Amino acid sequence: MTDLLKLSAVHTHIGRYHILQGIDLAVPQGQVTMLLGRNGAGKTTTLRTIMGLWQASRGEITLAGMRIESLATPDIARLGVGYVPESMAVFSDLTVKENLVLAARDGPLDDTQLDWIFGFFPALRRFWLSRAGSLSGGQKQMLSIARAIIEPRKLLLIDEPTKGLAPAIVMALIECLKEIKRKGATILLVEQNFFAARELGDNVLVMDNGTIVHRGEMAALAADVPLQERLLGLSLEAHQ
Amino acid sequence: MTDLAATDPLPKPKRDLAPILLPVALALLMIPLIGSTSSWLTLTAASLAMGMMIFIMASGLTLVFGLMDVLNFGHGAFIAVGAYVATLVLAPFAASIQADLLWMNLAVLAPAALLSMAVSGALGLVVERVLILPVYGQHLKQILMTTGGLIVAEQTLYALWGPQIIPMPLPASLRGSFILGDVAIARYRVLAMLIGLTVFIAIQLVLNRTKLGLLIRAGVENREMVEALGYRIRRLFLGVFMTGSALAGLGGVMWALYREQVHASMSDDLTVLIFIVVIIGGLGSIGGCFIGAILVAMVANYGGFLVPKLALVSNILLMVAILMWRPRGLYAVTSR
Repeated sequence: MTDLLKLSAVHTHIGRYHILQGIDLAVPQGQVTMLLGRNGAGKTTTLRTIMGLWQASRGEITLAGMRIESLATPDIARLGVGYVPESMAVFSDLTVKENLVLAARDGPLDDTQLDWIFGFFPALRRFWLSRAGSLSGGQKQMLSIARAIIEPRKLLLIDEPTKGLAPAIVMALIECLKEIKRKGATILLVEQNFFAARELGDNVLVMDNGTIVHRGEMAALAADVPLQERLLGLSLEAHQ
Repeated sequence: MTDLAATDPLPKPKRDLAPILLPVALALLMIPLIGSTSSWLTLTAASLAMGMMIFIMASGLTLVFGLMDVLNFGHGAFIAVGAYVATLVLAPFAASIQADLLWMNLAVLAPAALLSMAVSGALGLVVERVLILPVYGQHLKQILMTTGGLIVAEQTLYALWGPQIIPMPLPASLRGSFILGDVAIARYRVLAMLIGLTVFIAIQLVLNRTKLGLLIRAGVENREMVEALGYRIRRLFLGVFMTGSALAGLGGVMWALYREQVHASMSDDLTVLIFIVVIIGGLGSIGGCFIGAILVAMVANYGGFLVPKLALVSNILLMVAILMWRPRGLYAVTSR
């Protein structure tokens, strides 16, 4: 399996804080790689650095063999990277339709793709002409993910999509992400919900203090309770 | 957390009408205070005309503020440059301007206004590239750079045109008033209202009916996410900055005709009013800017008539009152 995304010895500073301290990671093509870790470990910073929202101060980032660490965010997005931030960042003043029209950068909305998305998130069809700001938290998350997949992307960077959502919505999101995975998407997914992580992840990276402290298969971590407790301070079983 | 299922009815978004009703309420409140209906109508028409001119000048600035968080204290330079450039066209055609034929007046005025917009827009391009690009994200430096730019622009105008005030008489067909009963409404004010409304409608159409407008509205709200979707917002900002500069140039021409004079520091007082409008309207909000401009003009006109001694501080009091009611302005569209 070739690696679509690689980070080699990446450092990121935010102001005087040294957040990422030499990250090495690889995201294989067509697989879901989970990025786990305690709060403040550097997971969101990793995604933002890949996306160019924070500039790496040292190190190399390659996407499909191309160096991207010095590219601007729009250029990285145009290489086929979709980003779903932790804050969802839907445009509240715009309607659901307008949010998706903006996300479909390369042309008009594709009806087939829209129908596929509506299959998972029927609320988006229903509230098509409503302002995104009037949607509930779960619906905003649906819109945020729909925005990232409205056009084919090489790589999806998704930051804690299940955070703060009701269990029913979490299940719908997991099913959606599974379907995206079945279609061959490559995903780097930050997640605190271990049930979701186990359901979706092929591989896992665990971060602590701005470095990768564990890498391996998700199934192996899911089966190793002592390792979970050592790396994450708690076990998957406790979250089921 | 609570969440809506797909079948639940979505709460209808409430239309926030209070800011729209504010100028209406203020105008109605003034009727008994002013006493004379004809005076009230004249003052109201003057307020609307003045408000439209301020709106034209402020609309670009509010988008620049909202979209890129840039404090452009040099916005007034575009106003003065616009007015001076118009004199280049109007002076040689003074005879056509003084002819009492509307078409002949407009045949000179329209190219003068277009040239002013083009030059102000081009100046906007230079200012953004030279003064603002190096100081994105640094408010203090933005203030220093743009204030310095304003001083340089004013002194350049003095050097080129001299320190004297240049008269800019109204075209003959725009002099005088429309008489409705015992109410007189200056013709030029009616034209200013029409132009202001046209600009407002045009901006609203672009913002609400085009993808470019969607990008601007989205960028005002969250420019980082717009970039993450693959759009180069810096280019968009440059376009907005140039358009805003061009509109300031148009406003400068209209204001100079209103005052019938041009001088290099003509924008000094206006800049204060424009910043008040942008702040009370809500950074980045065109609707808020429109209402804010009308409110500022109403307070200036009604206040000047009723309590002349308070005229100088009336708009500051208005800003304080609005910000106490809505700390992020009439229509908050950014989180700033």
